[in-house]
Amino acid sequence: MPEYAVELRDVSKRFPGPSGEIVNAVKNVSLQIRDGEFFSLLGPSGCGKTTSLRMIAGFELPTEGEVYIHGRPMGQTPPYRRPVNTVFQNYALFPHMTIGENVAFGLEMKGVPKAEREKRVKEALEMVRLPGFEKRRPRQMSGGQQQRVALARALINHPEVLLLDEPLGALDLKLRKEMQLELKRLQREVGITFIYVTHDQEEALTMSDRIAVMSGGRVLQVGPAHEIYEKPNCKFVADFIGETNLLEGKVIHQHGRQVEVLLAGGLTAHAESDQSLVSGQQVFVAIRPEKMALRPYDGAHNVYVGRVEEVVYIGTDTHYTVRLAGGQRVRVREQNDDPFSRPLANSGDEVRVYFDQTPARVLTE
Amino acid sequence: MFLRLSRDNIRGLLLIAPVMTLIIGLLIIPLILVVITSFGSRSPDGNVIYGFSFDNYRRLLGITPTGFDPLYLEILLRSLWLALQTTVAVIVIGFPLAYFIARASPRYRNLFLFLVLVPLWTNFVIRIYAWLMILRNQGVLNSLLGWGASLLGLPFQPLDLYPSDGAVLVGMIYEFLPFMILPIYTSLEKIDDSLFEAAADLGADALRTFLRVTLPLAVPGMVAGTILVFVPVMGTFIVADILGGRQVILVGNLVQRQFLDARDAAFGSAAALILMALTLVVTIFYTRRFGFGEEIVSA
Ligand SMILES: Nc1ncnc2c1ncn2[C@@H]1O[C@H](COP(=O)(O)OP(=O)(O)OP(=O)(O)O)[C@@H](O)[C@H]1O
Ligand SMILES: [Mg+2]
Repeated sequence: MPEYAVELRDVSKRFPGPSGEIVNAVKNVSLQIRDGEFFSLLGPSGCGKTTSLRMIAGFELPTEGEVYIHGRPMGQTPPYRRPVNTVFQNYALFPHMTIGENVAFGLEMKGVPKAEREKRVKEALEMVRLPGFEKRRPRQMSGGQQQRVALARALINHPEVLLLDEPLGALDLKLRKEMQLELKRLQREVGITFIYVTHDQEEALTMSDRIAVMSGGRVLQVGPAHEIYEKPNCKFVADFIGETNLLEGKVIHQHGRQVEVLLAGGLTAHAESDQSLVSGQQVFVAIRPEKMALRPYDGAHNVYVGRVEEVVYIGTDTHYTVRLAGGQRVRVREQNDDPFSRPLANSGDEVRVYFDQTPARVLTE
Repeated sequence: MFLRLSRDNIRGLLLIAPVMTLIIGLLIIPLILVVITSFGSRSPDGNVIYGFSFDNYRRLLGITPTGFDPLYLEILLRSLWLALQTTVAVIVIGFPLAYFIARASPRYRNLFLFLVLVPLWTNFVIRIYAWLMILRNQGVLNSLLGWGASLLGLPFQPLDLYPSDGAVLVGMIYEFLPFMILPIYTSLEKIDDSLFEAAADLGADALRTFLRVTLPLAVPGMVAGTILVFVPVMGTFIVADILGGRQVILVGNLVQRQFLDARDAAFGSAAALILMALTLVVTIFYTRRFGFGEEIVSA
């Protein structure tokens, strides 16, 4: 049996709600997180990301199921005995201690002698690029700096796993981008497994080795960024990550991965699926705007006639909203590689929309 | 440079004028009168003869024509000692209560705070009288103890609890406990739960979390509470009057008796100023040492 840094086996968490009802925050989640991996939990607000993370840290205990850290079942183990550390969204620095005391806190609790503590605090602060900040107080630091202190305070303990709950949520966009790179660099440097909670899909896509997409307390799909983006396994994932056109229809027939779908208005779509579907089944064909073209090319599996409703120029690309003959409205994204960025069509023009079968995914609800 | 009054300046002055009038009329002027009075002396029929002599202060410090008399210094020291005991006691009793309320579920918190304040609805004097009823020889406490002893078949001598220094201390603690609970509660309630979690996350068990996080962050509350308790205890005379019989004299009693019984307003003024100076010195020393604590909390 392979040993994972963290494994959740069939974990559920129920909370008593405010008016006596039961809140199912996490439902039967199983996850295997590999050693040294940058793993993200991605999903909309309230989908159970924080709760999952808190069960790994030990702040919450699962109602059902078990959390394993390097193969060891955690059971009722309290947070202070788990080999993990957390970076909190609000940083949670101790306001009455200096930065040095904050960073040294974990070592102090372990009984590391003062001289060594000071040496390692110095190293840790250098690692997060805040050398010599030992004597400052948290309130004398900017948000980004406090963020780094929180990182140093966690990493100085050499945890087996570092848990981060939307650590960049409170930073402005530019700083957030900077810290994303910084976090990636740190993670490569220290080689510690990072479990990263975010609701920002771009952040998850750019930083993670693998992503788990969550919704309504469940994990819907786990995989590397390109897989999640290119091969979403359900309508929710396709819709949540990036932009996608969803065309409703019924399965006509399936040949291996290839599926023919009858769309509303009598159009036929050639698409692919990893699932096995039955004829007549209600499905969606998901196709990304950039996988569709207005420029004709040979061998396109799907060609539809439509009328342009809107043209939006956004610099590198132009977005065309096209109403297809079957009544569906789709978004087509074309690169502006023409030297004069002339639009391929204007509002009201009749156009043809081309796309291949492979990027068109057949998804069920 | 001369002061030019712009429209903003005038508007500002107008806005603070009512408050300034109140402060000057009700605080500054009376204080100046007290200072002036304290340098005077008492006429045989109990009026103030204004003058400029330090006699009243000399008398307070024990310098009399017939030699050193520590009577008033003892009163000062006793008051300080009682204020100190009271403060320590209300911290020791009030902290766990404040902690309990701050950690209670939000649904009950307001109820508990309400219960802390309920006694204050009863008149101050009546509350202290209640303690007299409890502590006196045939009081509630002795009756209960006597009843318990008779059940166990033990001999019982009623305890001599009233009047005494101890009774005064009990009364002061009872009187001022809410003024310690509330600021400590405010400090504790302000601590973000994530700080406790961060401590646990970094390897601190419950005890060490308490000692390294909870307690230091409650210091501002204790500082505020100490000022709210220590200063009035020094000046309160009713508690000592009722529970100390006429034996326990504190600075507050001294001032009160000089004005109302001895009709020596000059000496009373001097005593009042000494009391003020003393509390001011203690407060300044204390806040220098511990700060008002706001910079610790407002991170
Ligand atoms: N202590 C609690 N008591 C009751 N309900 C809770 C508790 N903690 C979380 N929940 C509920 O569980 C669900 C999942 O919450 P969770 O905090 O895990 O979401 P999240 O994915 O982290 O969302 P966000 O992106 O907004 O932080 C929510 O419906 C939330 O209201
Ligand atoms: Mg969350």
